[in-house]
Order: sequence, then structure tokens, then C-alpha cells
Amino acid sequence: MYPSRFGYESPKTVEEAIAILDASGGDAKILAGGQSLVPMLKLRFAAPEMLVDINNIDGLRYINVEADGTVRIGALTRHEDLEYSDELPTASPVLAAAAHLVADPIVRTRGTFVGSVCHADPQGDWAAAMTALGGHIVAQGPNGKRTIEVKDFVIGPFQNALAYNEIAIEAVIPAPKGKSTGSYLKLERRVGDFATASVAVSLDMVGDVVARAGSALAGVGGRTIDATDAVASLVGQKLTEENIKTAAEAVAAAAEPRSDHRGTSDYKRQIVKTFVIRILTGLAESSQKVA
Amino acid sequence: MALDEIKIGGMGARRRRVEDNRFIRGKGNYVDDIVLQGMLHMEILRSPMAHARIKSIDVSKAYEIPGVRLVLTGEMMAARNLAWMPTLSYDTQAVLATDKVRFQGQEVAAVIADDPYIAKDACQAIVVEYEALPVIVNPLQAMASDATVIRDDKENQPGNKVFDWEIGDREATDKAFAEADVISKMELHYPRSHPSPMETCGSIADFNRATGKLTVYMTSQAPHIVRAAVAMVAELPEHMIRIVSPDLGGGFGNKVPIYPGYVISILASILTERPVKWIEDKTGNLISTGFGRDVYLKGEMALRKDGKILGMRMNTISDHGAFYADAQPSKFKIGLMHSTFACYDLPAAHLTSTGYYTNKAPGGVAYRCSFRVTEAMFFQERMIHAAADDLGMDQAEFRRMNLVKDDMFPYRTAFGFLTDSGQYEKCLNVGMEAIGYSTFKQEQEEARKRGKLLGIGISTMTEPLGAGNSREYDILGIKMFDSAELRVHMTGKAILRTGAMNQGQGHQTTWAQIVAHELGIPADDITVEEGDTDTAPFGMGTYASRSTPVAGAAVAMVSRKIRAKARKIAAHLLEVSEEDIEWELGRFYVRSNKERGVTIQDCALAAYSNMPDGMEPGLENNAYYDPPNLTWPFAAYFVKVEVDAETGVWDVLNVVAVDDCGVRINPMIVEGQIMGGLTEAYAMASMQYITFDEEGNCIGSNYMDYLLPTAWETPGFELHEVVTPCPHHPIGAKGIGECATVAGPAAFVNAVVNAVSHTGVRNIDMPMMPNRVYEALTTGKDVSGMPPVRISE
Ligand SMILES: Cc1cc2nc3c(=O)[nH]c(=O)nc-3n(C[C@H](O)[C@H](O)[C@H](O)COP(=O)(O)OP(=O)(O)OC[C@H]3O[C@@H](n4cnc5c(N)ncnc54)[C@H](O)[C@@H]3O)c2cc1C
Repeated sequence: MYPSRFGYESPKTVEEAIAILDASGGDAKILAGGQSLVPMLKLRFAAPEMLVDINNIDGLRYINVEADGTVRIGALTRHEDLEYSDELPTASPVLAAAAHLVADPIVRTRGTFVGSVCHADPQGDWAAAMTALGGHIVAQGPNGKRTIEVKDFVIGPFQNALAYNEIAIEAVIPAPKGKSTGSYLKLERRVGDFATASVAVSLDMVGDVVARAGSALAGVGGRTIDATDAVASLVGQKLTEENIKTAAEAVAAAAEPRSDHRGTSDYKRQIVKTFVIRILTGLAESSQKVA
Repeated sequence: MALDEIKIGGMGARRRRVEDNRFIRGKGNYVDDIVLQGMLHMEILRSPMAHARIKSIDVSKAYEIPGVRLVLTGEMMAARNLAWMPTLSYDTQAVLATDKVRFQGQEVAAVIADDPYIAKDACQAIVVEYEALPVIVNPLQAMASDATVIRDDKENQPGNKVFDWEIGDREATDKAFAEADVISKMELHYPRSHPSPMETCGSIADFNRATGKLTVYMTSQAPHIVRAAVAMVAELPEHMIRIVSPDLGGGFGNKVPIYPGYVISILASILTERPVKWIEDKTGNLISTGFGRDVYLKGEMALRKDGKILGMRMNTISDHGAFYADAQPSKFKIGLMHSTFACYDLPAAHLTSTGYYTNKAPGGVAYRCSFRVTEAMFFQERMIHAAADDLGMDQAEFRRMNLVKDDMFPYRTAFGFLTDSGQYEKCLNVGMEAIGYSTFKQEQEEARKRGKLLGIGISTMTEPLGAGNSREYDILGIKMFDSAELRVHMTGKAILRTGAMNQGQGHQTTWAQIVAHELGIPADDITVEEGDTDTAPFGMGTYASRSTPVAGAAVAMVSRKIRAKARKIAAHLLEVSEEDIEWELGRFYVRSNKERGVTIQDCALAAYSNMPDGMEPGLENNAYYDPPNLTWPFAAYFVKVEVDAETGVWDVLNVVAVDDCGVRINPMIVEGQIMGGLTEAYAMASMQYITFDEEGNCIGSNYMDYLLPTAWETPGFELHEVVTPCPHHPIGAKGIGECATVAGPAAFVNAVVNAVSHTGVRNIDMPMMPNRVYEALTTGKDVSGMPPVRISE
């Protein structure tokens, strides 16, 4: 497990980092938590000329919940910061539910939320959660900042919309229309395993009526699957056994699973459906309690 | 006054492991920790293809990289008659491929360079031209009449068959079947897995031209066998070879075979006249070194209506990969597979076995087991479970009826083993009580009404541990005895060396406890050393749970020799005749006056300063121990699970393990061994397997694909003990290191099958991944993991 030779820079500011990326002409890679990049270097699946380690840049590790409910997550916020956040369970139950299902406790101390979204692994949990929540990424390059919707950011397996000289500096979850509810369920074979199938469902509720619905899937397709259209029928409705079932079937139909040693495509669809039902039934029960 | 045995760390003391002090402080000394002056580094280029002819190898680009010292290919090995080496099962194995590659990951070339990064770069610069050949990934393909012959290097090689073997009484078995009321069948695949010790394999070969001596630091569970093998292969005189196994980061059978990397590093050191270090990476370890299992087992059981077992027919087809390279006692081609059903009173049995070559890594090593007994006992307990169900009998009662009774020992099994002791029924009862067996059926029914699926599984077995006895057990003709050497210093402290090789079993701790028990020297006063062939007495190493049964017995025997001499010294010191001397722990005294005595330490001092006239000075000795029989521990395991009907996910609710391993030297270490084994049993049952696609690509070449459970998913275990001392072992101990890996998996599978049995399902092959359980539940059909294993649609 010996990587190829590479150069290493450790800038102190975002601007400096961008300048190094810019000068490299595309042969440099950003090193955040290193939990995806370092294994690829060791296996020699990746052999960049230069690593730009952003870990020494101050001010990028934060979870800010703003007054209107917008959640901002900095580029060096680790998975475990989300796991142990006191604010997230109310501010964004979907992220809170996913946090302890990402990788294993050791990886979670290093890996970053934004790095995971950038990595755009079709089995990655955060890209799916972000997609269900309708989030966006703030990118910064030589010409300043721009905002990219997650669904436009993750453009394919292991591909994102960043230019070679841009850094994703922040992930943003927009303010909910009402109360943010939802959850994340994942079938994994063992802790630290990528998803055989996982489901993010996000509902913004006004009273017991759905004001916004989003859903996304990981592990059941060649990319993160946006299943938001499949749950659109819930908007304006109260959750019922019937519309839950309809939504679950629609989400399952949106999955594009392949048969492999983790199971047949039918099996994986069944898991998706079951998880959607479980999440929505749980939400229906708790919204009834509140109402 | 006699010593308190527990206080001095003797038998039965829960003494903390001496080893852990250095391990948890990062002060272990593994092969990779050793740095020698002028040491070079070796990396191996492995084949990306599973079966291909090598058309050419161009190493010129590799030599262009600064820091590259030597590039070795098969051709260069062949020039020194080292391209092939003998295996421990009378086969041959390629060291570096010359003609063709026979599995993905096979060693093709090696680069020796100033550091491992350069060596790796140079490996990538080697250009190998391959011509693809048809790939065989399972025995079904291997046995086809038109199958490509994998081992075309061998003369008189009949197709891809490794061996045909049979044992038992065919006629008596046929008769039993003719008389049967019910015939029950079982067919399953025990999937390939890999022992994957935390530390991979590696070596540092250091050939000194001036002295002519070759020292090899390496990861071997059996360093003395390696010395003998190197003497034969490398044509170096045996006294000029020193093999040192330092601390080993686990072995589990993976570090018994001799691997190409070791041999290449030796030649590299001879050629460069510098020490050469080779440390395998994780992928190299997973794809090229000894795997375990990969056996297709099929059988049928003849039964009387009332539940009595009359006979058993069994057939195994084993996949050995490209080279038959696992170690086994030379008489038995499929290890001790025929120990199957040893705990049951089985009147007649017959076993046929066939082994095949495939384009997969070589092996079939005893992964934490005594030569294939894991497969044997797994089949046994799946068969027993199915038979009880077919008869409509209760699982526990069916076992109770057929288990060998306490008064039947010594009991000759249908395949010829002699079991000698045990209280099988008592173990069963202890387990039933602990798991709440009597109320389970009711609990299960009530749960079903609430839509919950509960299941219970039992696995009971005795296994043959501690090869050998020299009449029946040898490896390459070397008899399977073991040894110990004890030197007591003049202040009463001592050093003990054995021919075994610790790799996590805690020999440093427990061997000292045996000496403490025999001599009354506090365990803390005893150093234990193993693994250096220049200093340790010859022994066959540690695997197959043989350390305590064989080397451990030698430790007791050598201690007794020391005590016998000390007694003479005591008589001299006390000025009485030897007959008037009595022994209590740590002290000789005059029978007529208990106050008058000398301690073992007094005797030690006298052995160097005041020995009787005519007595040889010193207090040291050795013992070679050839056990009269194997040891036969017993295990009764109970597992309770709940299956989620909508996903196939199953959770373990409770595990009860009752073990009878005879007298326990250090109960804490015994419990650790059982828990470790149960963890591996859970692993096998739930996730741990290695498959291959049709091209022979290994699916499971890293720990994201080859799944080992973590502390997170591993269930808790409730342990119970029953003690039936081994009648022939000097301290009454039996092997325990492997009982749980061997008997455990069936308990988990039986539990899950029990939970879904209302659908008519009789078998789910391991690993019972949620999708397999879901398939069983929804189709009501058995789920087979047998090939062709389709990886993609
Ligand atoms: C054992 C193990 C198990 C895992 N299991 C899971 C799992 O179950 N689910 C899951 O979702 N993930 C899993 N992961 C991946 C883990 O979540 C990673 O932490 C994550 O994918 C990448 O984040 P990172 O900070 O480590 O990024 P790095 O490895 O440092 O980088 C990953 C990629 O993103 C780029 N990048 C990183 N940050 C930025 C940035 N700010 N701007 C632009 N580009 C950037 C890098 O250049 C690189 O290409 C696992 C990893 C391991 C080692």
C-alpha cells in the first residue's frame, strides 16, 4: 500500500489554496478528511501530482443554524461533528439520523461532510441526504463564490461540478417551510459498510400537513438518486396509510438497483419501499402525537 | 507451608496476559518492526489474470528507476532450481511463475529496492504480456471432461483432480440405509473465507556470506518446519539456517504454509548479500495466501422412526485453488473431515472426498481449526438439525438421544477415532437451562402472532484436537510430537522454551502457569520463549489447537523431570534419603517432620553451588512429548435470533456457550479464546466470505469487500463451563482455541433456519446475508451459495 510520489502543500487560507489549484492546471487534489482520497492513493487508483491539504485553514469547521432554520456546514466539519451536534436533531432530523450511519466511528472523526458530497460516491450517504433536503454547495474559485444546487453538483459517479481551481467551502441546507422532519435509514452489512440501499426522506410540516417533501437514495443506482418527484404527491396532504404506500412504491420505482452479491434488484427495491414506509409511518405517528 | 497456587499464578489463576503489557504499549516486536543494517525492500508483482500464459516479461523499465537493486523473475528462479517449491501436502507450488499464471494474485516478479515506494514504482514499470486461458473458478467447472488442465506442469496429472479419498465402512452403511425408516438429506456449501490475521505475512532474509549463515525473521506458526523445508529447497545445511518468528499479529492457520514471498526474499538476500525485507500488503494477503473452507458437502442420514441414527453417507468436493498447499496429516487427504459425527453414537458411516484444482489462490488451510473439522462439524450440525425436523422431533431431544453417553467411553467412532471422555448430556442440559429452552417454543409462537420471527439453534460437537500421536500424524513424514526445555537458574528463576509458536494464544502466560503448578516457582519468575530455531527445541508449531495438548504436556513433563532432580538435591540438603521426602507445592519436606524442608529455590541454588557428590551440576532438562491420543473437548452452543421479515435482517438475541475443555489452566484466556471463536463463528454465519467472478477476479481483496464484523455488530456471549479432565494429558487439559469457530457457525444458521422454518426452508448457505434470508422467507425454498455465483446481471 505505497502511493505514487506526490507533492504536498498546506495553505493557511482559502485564497492561497485556490492559487495553488489554479497554478497546478488540474493536477492537484484537495485533501480534506482523506478518508476516500488516501485509500485511493494507497491503492494507486489515484495518483495526483500534488495534494493541497486544507486542514490548516482556519474557520472552516462549523455547523451554523440560522434564525430562519438555514443550516450551514463548513468544509472541515467532520462527520462526528454532525453526529454529536445538539442542534441538528431539531434543525435537520435527516442529517442527525444519517450522521451515525456514515462509515464507522473512527472514520467519522476525520472524514468531512463536504468532502463526502464532493466525492460523489453513488453509495455516499451525505449526497443523498443533501439531495433530499434540497441543499446547495458554495464553491469558491479565482473569480469568487458561486452556489450550486446539490442535484446539479453531483453530476455522476465520483464526479462533481467543480472546476479544477474551485473549492467547496460550505454546504447549505435551506430554511424549512415549517418544521423540518424526516429520517434516514440504511441497510448495511456491517458498520463502516457502504449502503446496500439507503433512503433519505425529508418532510417540512405545517401542523400535520406536508409543506415540502424530498427524498433521495444511495446504493441503488450508478449515482445518487433524486426521488423528490416520487414523494411530491404528499405535498399539501396529511400522511395516511394509503398515501404513504403510494409514495413508497413511487420511490422504489425511482431506484435503479443492480443485482449483485448484496441482493437482487427486486430485493433492493423492497428494502427501499420498506424504509420509506417505516420513515413515513414514524413521522405520521409523531405528527399525530403533536397534533 | 504449601504455597497458594492461585497467588503464584499456577493452574486456575486468572493471570493477566504477560504479552499484553508490551502489545498495548506499542512495544511488540513484529517482523516489520525489525530493521537491519543495509536492509533492502522487496515488493511482489502479482498477476491480474486468473489463468494466462506468460508470453514475455520485460523488466528493463524497472531497472531504469533509481534505487532498484534487483528484479527477479521466474526464469531467474528456474536457473537456480527455485521456480517451484514443495508444499506441505506433497504437491508443488510456483514461487515465481514461469510458464503461466494460475490464479489472480499469483507471484510473477519481485523488485528489490532501497525503499518500498521505489520497489512498488518498479513493479508498475514491469511489462508482462499475457495470453488469456479459460478460467475455472469452481470444482463443477474443474471436473468437466473438456476442462482446461490447470496443472499442466505436472506429469500424469489426471485432469484437474487433486485426490480421491474414502474412509468408513461402505457395506455396513448400505445396510443401515436398507433398514432405515426415514432418510434425511442435506447439501450445502461452506464458502471460502480468509483467516486474515491483523498482521500480514512477511520476512526479512539475512544471508551472511562471511559466516555462511542464513537468518530469516518471518511470520510463521511453525518455524521449525520452515527450517527443515528451507534446508531441503535451498540446499543450505540445516545448522546454517536460523528461522526466527518474532511476535505474530495473529495466524489462524494463514501462517502455516510456506509462501513464495519468503523464498524469494531468501534468494534476493543471497544475491544482493544484504538483508531483504518483504512485507505483504493487505490485498496481497487476502488474494494470495492460504484461504479456508470452500467445500461442497452432501450427505444423507439413515434414521429409525423413534429417532435413533443408524448410518451416515457423506461426500465432499473441495476446491484447493491452483496448488494443494495446505498442511495436513499426510494420511488424510481432506484433513480430519472424518471426525464428523464423533459426538454421536453412529453405528455405520462412509465418506468419499474429491479435491479439485481451480484458478483460485491455493489453500484450504485449517482456518482456526484442526484440519477441516470446521467443515465437518458444520455439516454434522446442519444435518442433525434437518434430520430432527424431518422426524418431527425436538432439536435438543434428538441430540440427547443420539449423543454418546458418559458410560460409553472410550468410544470408537464409526470412522475409527477413539473419543475418551466427556459429559455431553450435562453440557446440553446446562445450555438448555441458560437459554430458557423449555419455554422457547411458546415464546416463538406468541411472537409469530405479533408478526415477529424468533428462532433457536443448537450446535453440539466434540472435535479431535492436538495432533498427533506419532503413529497416525505426520506432516511430510515429520511426526507430530512437541517439546519443551526448562532451565532453572540458581536464584530459582527460570526460562522455558517450547517448539510451539505463540500468535495470540498467550503461551507466555499459560506455560509459566503450568511450570508454577508443577514446581511452585511463581509464574512471574519464568520467562517463556518460542520461535527461534537456534534456541528453541524442535517442535511442529502452533495450529490445530495442538499447543496445550502437546507442547503444554511437554511443559508439564519437563517440569516433572526437574522436580525429580530437585528431589535428590533436597534429600542431600535435608540429609535424609529420597524416600523420606514429600512434596507440596514449591517445597520438599521430611515426611516425619513437616517443619524441616527446603524450597524449590533452595534446590536450584544447590544445583549450582552445593550438589550431591557425583551429581551432574545444573537444573535443566527437556522433554519431547508424543501424546497417546488426541484430546476431545465438547461444546454445546445455543443461539437465539430474531428475523425481520420485511428485510431479512437478523439480530442475535442471545448466545449461550457451554464448553468442556477439561482442566482450565487460565480461565480468562480460555474465555477469551471462546469469545474470539464465537466472533468468528458469527462472522462466517453473517458476512465473512470471499467469492470470485467468472473471470476469477477475487471479490474480497480489501476490507470494504471482505467483511469482518466489528465490536459494533458482534453479539454478547454468555459462557458456561463443565470440566471433564482429559484422561491422558498430564494436567487433564484439552484443546480449546478452536471449539467456538468450529461449532459456532451451525448454531447461528440453525437458529435462522428455525426462525423461517414455517416456510418449509431447510437450508440457507452462509453467509446468511439479509438478501438470502429474505429470499428464503419469500420463496420458501433453500438458498444456495453454490456456483456459478453471479456477481452481476
Ligand atoms: C472504512 C470507511 C468506510 C466508509 N463508509 C462510508 C459510508 O458508509 N458512507 C459514506 O457516505 N461514506 C463512507 N466512507 C467515506 C467517508 O465518508 C469519507 O470521509 C468521505 O467520502 C470523503 O470525505 P473526506 O473529507 O474524507 O474527503 P477526502 O478523502 O479528503 O476527499 C475526497 C474527494 O473529495 C475532494 N474534496 C474533499 N474536500 C473538498 C472540498 N472542500 N472541495 C473540493 N473538493 C474536495 C478530494 O479532492 C477528493 O477527491 C467511508 C470511508 C472509509 C475509509
